[in-house]
Amino acid sequence: MNQSPLLQCTDIRKAFPKPDGAELLVLEGMNLDLQEGQIVGLLGRSGSGKSTLLRLIAGLAEPTSGKVFYLGQPIIGPAPGIAMVFQSFALFPWLTVFENVALGLEAQRMPRAEIRKRSLAAIDLIGLDGFESAYPRELSGGMRQRVGFARALVVHPNILLMDEPFSALDVLTAETLRTDFLDLWSEGRMPIKGVILVTHNIEEAVLMCDRILVFGSNPGRILSEIKVSLPQPRNRLDPSFRELVEKIYVEMTARPKGAAAGGRQERFPGLGIGSILPQVSTNLLSGLTEAVAAPPFNGTADLPKIASDLQMEIDELFPVAETLQMLRFAEVEGGDIKLTEDGMAFAHAALDERKRIFMRHLLTYVPLAAHIRRVLDERASHSARKSRFIDELEDFMSEEAAEQTLRAAIRWSRYAEAFAYDDENAMFSLENPT
Amino acid sequence: MKRFAPYVFLRELATRWDVLAFVVVIGLIAFLGETSRGLFAPLSQLSSIPLSLDPVHLPEYAARTTFRMLAGLVLSLIFTLTYATWAAKSERAGKLLVPILDILQSVPILGFISITVVFFLSLAPGRVLGAEFASIFAIFTSQAWNMAFSFYQSLRTIPTELTEAAESFRLSPWMRFWQLEVPFGMPALIWNMMMSMSGGWFFVVASESISVGHTTVALPGVGSYIALAIAQKNLQAIGWAIFTMLIVILLYDQLLFRPLVAWVDRFRVEQEPGVRVPNSWALTMMRRSRLIQAATVAFHAAVLWTSRAVKRRDTPLPQAVAQPKRSLDLLWVSLVIAAVVLGLWHIVAVLIANTSLREALQVCGLAFLTMLRVFILIVLASVIWVPIGVWVGMRPRAAQIVQPVAQFMAAFPANLLFPIAVFGIVRWRLDPDIYLSPLMILGTQWYILFNVIAGASSIPAEMRYVAANFRVTGWLWWRKVALPAVLPFYVTGAITASGGSWNAAIVAELATWGNTQVEARGLGAYIAAATTAGDFHRIVLGIGTMSLFVVIINRLFWRPLYYYAERKYRLT
Repeated sequence: MNQSPLLQCTDIRKAFPKPDGAELLVLEGMNLDLQEGQIVGLLGRSGSGKSTLLRLIAGLAEPTSGKVFYLGQPIIGPAPGIAMVFQSFALFPWLTVFENVALGLEAQRMPRAEIRKRSLAAIDLIGLDGFESAYPRELSGGMRQRVGFARALVVHPNILLMDEPFSALDVLTAETLRTDFLDLWSEGRMPIKGVILVTHNIEEAVLMCDRILVFGSNPGRILSEIKVSLPQPRNRLDPSFRELVEKIYVEMTARPKGAAAGGRQERFPGLGIGSILPQVSTNLLSGLTEAVAAPPFNGTADLPKIASDLQMEIDELFPVAETLQMLRFAEVEGGDIKLTEDGMAFAHAALDERKRIFMRHLLTYVPLAAHIRRVLDERASHSARKSRFIDELEDFMSEEAAEQTLRAAIRWSRYAEAFAYDDENAMFSLENPT
Repeated sequence: MKRFAPYVFLRELATRWDVLAFVVVIGLIAFLGETSRGLFAPLSQLSSIPLSLDPVHLPEYAARTTFRMLAGLVLSLIFTLTYATWAAKSERAGKLLVPILDILQSVPILGFISITVVFFLSLAPGRVLGAEFASIFAIFTSQAWNMAFSFYQSLRTIPTELTEAAESFRLSPWMRFWQLEVPFGMPALIWNMMMSMSGGWFFVVASESISVGHTTVALPGVGSYIALAIAQKNLQAIGWAIFTMLIVILLYDQLLFRPLVAWVDRFRVEQEPGVRVPNSWALTMMRRSRLIQAATVAFHAAVLWTSRAVKRRDTPLPQAVAQPKRSLDLLWVSLVIAAVVLGLWHIVAVLIANTSLREALQVCGLAFLTMLRVFILIVLASVIWVPIGVWVGMRPRAAQIVQPVAQFMAAFPANLLFPIAVFGIVRWRLDPDIYLSPLMILGTQWYILFNVIAGASSIPAEMRYVAANFRVTGWLWWRKVALPAVLPFYVTGAITASGGSWNAAIVAELATWGNTQVEARGLGAYIAAATTAGDFHRIVLGIGTMSLFVVIINRLFWRPLYYYAERKYRLT
């Protein structure tokens, strides 16, 4: 490739300052380039920093260190040749379709007649003819996102940034929009030269992208890069398509390097009291173990398969699977989820027995729950303030994460009946409510 | 359903800034009072403007009052767009500006009048213009604060993606203001304008017929007409005034606010389900009228044209520019400190030199009396209006009739009915300490009613079905279903009613009918008496105490209650 890239990110690092002076690292060691004619996908779960990276490229935020180059020039603010499509559409409800589309050109102080011509052309291109004078609220979600596309295309950007543009739409509408977009793209009818797509939908990434960058979390970084050389239009049922999807699942469930070898203890990520716990309801935990335990899986399930069976996106599925792994109810590796012995027992047990198994695992493998229980046991009053634990957690994580983590521990402990919590007084206790 | 609250709270407020703001505001008032006293000059011309009780003049008076109200509203709008924007955009300024606004909205409106009238009169010595300024300023003070607050809050809650869209399409700050920020804040602003207008009407008498010490101003208008009718004990004229007010408020509602509310619906970012789209015959008419259409097109063109004309700021990244500058910070802090020192000095100088500690304690005692009155009245009004409000709210058809009536009653200047009360109290020799009190809540109780109605009609049908299904009836139904469901709404209404009652205390605790004066012991009567005597030190002491009480009660009682109700009982 001797062509110079449209866009180049070098060694990007992004951190947010925390109130106590420390910083929260969200992106590290990010290198990426976009060549002309490519669609690059940023694939990862929420919290992996992919949306943050997109905002850095859009010039809406500044990297803590490293640079973003657009056509060889460093980006220091929203660049004229880069336009963005938003997840929630971000249309101005008080402007008509036409006015929304024309807004970007108004900002450029283009002559009136030119604005009109180009806006109508963009509206026409994206299939919004006849809706020019409608207000966004009169439109369906799909039509609204078309306005979002038209508004981005009308400024004739070189690069189109898309932030999960289809995730707020229903399955059918999303598919129509994707197909329409790919048609326009492959026919070269859009004025854009390159696309960056943020998504957490693996199939969407394989369907649309030429290259997929798989993101990992804490801090956000690129785990691997996957080239998709299938010809467009792609078929989801094509075996090579399925193979790629499977491969990405394997990538995304791979253990961090260095922990792969060794004894059983290392098969599970080490957990201290300072680990952030995910917000996963016990119903989802039970539901997934039951689904995996039942035929046709009988204890071992292929993640893409079970994801499509349960109609769950990876954003929903992975936290549940990982929580099961943390509780030693399952092992997740190589794109598979496999229930442990206790996991199988949990799946087959009746409610009371289930709660007993859950309590045992919770107090053994979730140090925070064990810690709270120990404190309550040791105290004569068998009660403790919430702030006591929040303070401890905030040594390790942000205020928000501490609150979320404690909420998760409370939620699981209530199910296990390990201890009680009264939200009104913010008190933990061993007693059950009267 | 929309809740109605002219009194707006903010979640995040640094308390030490509140103290500073309090000092600055009260200091400024003391300062204005002192200065204007020095500029004092008799203005005999104004008192000689002939006012007539002949109803023939009422249309003209009504027109002039209406004009003043509009002028006040326009001023408030300008104030809102600048002050609130400044407070929201500059972190440094916001830290002080927001608490100042909070204090300002607890300063009794009449306090502003008594302090500023002489100052305004001296702006245009001997001319009616000065008096008009004073009157319009008084109206402005009854309208501006909550509008500014609502706009400030809107500016702080613009969805991130909309801001990002504006930024990524490189809208200039000017364009962003008119295309994003103003439209986004518009719905809340219009509602607050309506509430502000009610506040303005309530003080129509006080703002037109100003009497501070030797300064008496009676500007031609409905308010002065009422004042004259009261002075001359003309019950028939009072009747005419009530009739005129009814018509004026009705016209305002139909011609200005209803169209605005219907029109502004388009600016709502999220349409709550189940809310009827408001409609207005006047708006339909205006939309169809070529003239109005041409005007709106022209306005839009002006926004676009100015967007082009205003020089584009080419500094690309706001973050890159907004490096905290130490020297500026230092300057800012020293300015604030200077203002505080100056304010403190004025307060201390005015109070120490002219009043005693004993008097201050006495004023505190009076404030407690007024506080007791307000709380008892709120409880009484709640006992009456909550059940009625729930009953009405559960029946959509009844709500449709009662809601606008309640809204109308809130706008109606209740002090028109004061003469009747005075008459009764004198006639039957009743205890004014008790029987004057209801006047304080006459105008503000409606906030409780229509907030409760709004709350009750937003109870989801499914929740009502559940109650019916399990045969939850009687007291249990009230305790477990109705009251918790309307609580957040009720609290909003009660806060407003309480704030309004404090304000009304100044008018209500000292009522006159001709040369008969009836007085209840309380802070309101103290301020009113000080105003009549033109005693600036006592006015400052009284107003300062009242603001302090209102702020403390809000902080320690209403605000915690509000957040508790929001957190625990809000149905989403």
